[in-house]
Amino acid sequence: MKTLTASRMERCIGCHSCSFACARQVHKLLSWNTAGIRISSSGGLSTGFVAKVCLACDPAPCAKACPTGAMKARKKGGGVLHKKDLCIRCGKCAEACPVDAIYLDLKSRPFVCIHCGRCVKYCPHECLEMIESESTKRAKKEDAL
Amino acid sequence: MIRDYFRVLLVDLATGKGNVAKVEGRNEYAGGSGLGALLFSIYGHPTRPWDDPDQPLIFSIGALTGLFPLMSKTVCSFKSPYHDQFAESHAGGRSALAIRFADYDAIVIKGRAPRLSCLSIGMRHLEVKDVQFLAGKDVFATGKMLRRMFPGSGHRSILRIGPAGENLSGMACINADTYRHFGRLGSGGVMGSKNLKGIVILGDGSFAMPEGNEYTKVFDEVYDKMTGTDMMSKYHNLGTAANLNALNELKSLPWRNLQATSDDDIAGITGEKFADETLLRNAACAGCPVGCIHLGFVREKFMEQNQYMYRQVAYDYEPIFATGSMLGVTDPFHVLTIMDEIEKAGLDVMSGGVALAWATEAFEKGLITEKETIVPLAFGNAEGYQKAVYYMGEAENDFYAALIKGSLVAAKKYGGEDFACVLGQEMAGYATGETFYVAEALGFRHSHLDSGGYSWDQKNDSKDVNAICDFLIGDETGRAFITSMVACLFGRGVYNDEQLASCLNSVGYSEIADNMDTIGERVRALRWKMRFDTGYDPDAITIPKRYNEVTTWKGKTDPKFLAELKKEYGNRIRGLVSEEALIRLGLEKNDKN
Repeated sequence: MKTLTASRMERCIGCHSCSFACARQVHKLLSWNTAGIRISSSGGLSTGFVAKVCLACDPAPCAKACPTGAMKARKKGGGVLHKKDLCIRCGKCAEACPVDAIYLDLKSRPFVCIHCGRCVKYCPHECLEMIESESTKRAKKEDAL
Repeated sequence: MIRDYFRVLLVDLATGKGNVAKVEGRNEYAGGSGLGALLFSIYGHPTRPWDDPDQPLIFSIGALTGLFPLMSKTVCSFKSPYHDQFAESHAGGRSALAIRFADYDAIVIKGRAPRLSCLSIGMRHLEVKDVQFLAGKDVFATGKMLRRMFPGSGHRSILRIGPAGENLSGMACINADTYRHFGRLGSGGVMGSKNLKGIVILGDGSFAMPEGNEYTKVFDEVYDKMTGTDMMSKYHNLGTAANLNALNELKSLPWRNLQATSDDDIAGITGEKFADETLLRNAACAGCPVGCIHLGFVREKFMEQNQYMYRQVAYDYEPIFATGSMLGVTDPFHVLTIMDEIEKAGLDVMSGGVALAWATEAFEKGLITEKETIVPLAFGNAEGYQKAVYYMGEAENDFYAALIKGSLVAAKKYGGEDFACVLGQEMAGYATGETFYVAEALGFRHSHLDSGGYSWDQKNDSKDVNAICDFLIGDETGRAFITSMVACLFGRGVYNDEQLASCLNSVGYSEIADNMDTIGERVRALRWKMRFDTGYDPDAITIPKRYNEVTTWKGKTDPKFLAELKKEYGNRIRGLVSEEALIRLGLEKNDKN
C-alpha cells in the first residue's frame, strides 16, 4: 500500500494548502490545525518548513497506546485508522506519536493522516507524494525471499 | 467564522484587558478596508493627534479571508504619524489567517501600555506581557525572542517593530512574520507610541464548512486558475523584480534621486540578476500557493580566516528600486545588504531608501555635511548607506530624527524641498508620467496600488484630463472592494467581478455578491471621509519641482498638464465625499465624529 510521504519539504513555501485541503476534504472543516498534515517553520521562517504528518510506523505506537482500539493499525503498509465512535479522547495516541503527527483539537479529538493522498495535488511545489511505505517495501522483500 | 456581522476584539493596553464586540455592517462594508474605516469611524478621534493613547490601531480581515487562495492579507488602519491623517497599510504573511482562525474579523488596540509590552491573543487567550527587555532590539532579534516566548509555530503570526518604531518614526513599519510588512505611513510608529513591541496572534480554532458542495467546487476552480494557468507566473517566476528592466527600458525607473529615468547600469540589478546570483528560495503567505516571496542571501566576512555569516533577505521590485537604482547602488549583494539593515531597523524600505536619496543629493549640494549625516553619503556607496540606515533607526541626531519623519520635514529644516521625491509620501518606483505623479500624490494611501495610474502612463500618451480622472476614479472602486475581501492585489487578474461573486455566493455572502459595486463605492467614500475628517486637503499637497524635470518615454513632464490633472483629480476626490454621495451610499448617518 502507498502512504503519503513529505519527501521534498526543502521545496515547501509554507502556503499550508495541503493542510487546508485535508481539513476541507477529509474532515469537512475550515482549519490549518484539524488536518492530517500540518506545516510549521523549522525554528523560524528563515530555516524553512517541516511537515507534521504520520510516518506510517509499523507497528504503530499510537495504536498500541490507544486503550479502546479506536486507533487501529492498518492491515498492511503501516499507518492507522481512527474510529471516531470508539474514541474516548484520552489523548494517549498523540502522546505516543514520536513525531507529533497527531493533532488534538480543543475537545481532544485526534486528527491523523489517513494516507488518502487527497492533499498531494494541492501542493504547488510537489513536496508530497504517495509512495510505498518502508513497511510495504520490507514486506515485499520478505515475500520474495 | 462566516457571519452577518463583525466579531471584533477590543484591547486596552493600559489595563491589559479586552472584550469582544459585535459590530453590525457586514453587508455594507464587507471587511478589510471597509471594516477598518468603519471601526475608525467608531473608535477613532479625527481631531486628536495620532499618538493620543486613545487612538485605535486596527487590524482587519475580509469576508473571504482563509476561505480562498490569495485571500491572505490584513489591513491595518490608523492615524498616521507621517501626516497625522487617517491611513491604511496592507501586509501578507500569516496574520490574516491567524486572525481568521482566532475567530475575529478585526482587532482594535487602544491605550498605551505602562511599559514596553507584547500582546498575545488567540481564540482562547488574551494577554499583555511586559517585554521591557526587548527595548531597542532590532526586528530579527525581537522576532526570535517572541518566537521562544509564545507557542504555536506555523499557525501564529508575529508582528513586531524595531528601533524606528520605538523612536516614533513616520516611516516605521510593522514587520509581519519576518518577510512581509505593514510598510507605509508609519504604523510601526503607532505601535511605538502605544509601547507595543509585538503582537502574537495564534490561529487555534477550526470551523464548520459552508453547507453544500458549492464551496469546494469554487475553491478548486480558483485554485486551478492560480496554479494551473500562467495567470500568476510573473509573480512566482522572477517576481516583481522583473519590472526593473522593463521600467528602465521605458525610461521610467527613478535613478539617483530621480535625476535620471534610465541607466545602462541596470544590468547589475535586474530581476534576472537577482534570481541568477542571489535567490535562495521562495516563500508564501499562508493560504497562497503562488509563493511570490523571493528570498535572496547576503554573505558577510566578519573575521579573517574565512569566517562568514549569511542572512536571508526578501526582495521585490520596490525595495530594489528604493535601495538600488534610487541610491545608484548596482551590485545586487550591496542592495540586499542595505535592505537587510533597513529590515533590522524596522523602517519601511521604500520610504527609507527614497529619503536617503534626497539626503545624498542634499549632501552633494552642500546643504548638509557630515556634521548632520555622520557618514559621507554618495550615490553608489552602499557602506555609507548601511550606516546611515542604522542612524535613521536610532534617530541618532537631530538630522536623522527629522529625516525619519519624512524627507520634506528634513528639507524644510535644511533646504532642498525642490528635489525631495515625495508624492504624498516618499515616492513608489514609477517615474511613468504625470498620471502616476498625481495619482500617488493625491491617492488615499499615496501608493501605486490605490489605482492603476502607473499602468495608464505606460499605455497612454493622452493628456485628456477627464478621461484620466474617469479611469483613476473607476479603478479605485474595484480595488476598494477587493481590499475588503481581503485579496492580495496580485490576484486581481483571477478575482474579477464574476469570480468574486461566485466565491461570495458559495459561502453564503450572497447579499455582498449582489452589491459589490455599491459596497466598493461605500468603502471608498468612508475611507475618504475619514481622511478628510482628519485633515486631508488635496490642494495643500504639492508636487516637488523635480517632477517637472523628469523625462520619460513620453518626453519631458508638461507642468501645465500636471497642474490641471492635479486640480481635477482633487475635485473628483472631493466629489466622492459630497453630501449627495454620502446620502446615496447611506453614510450621512455615519457621523459620530
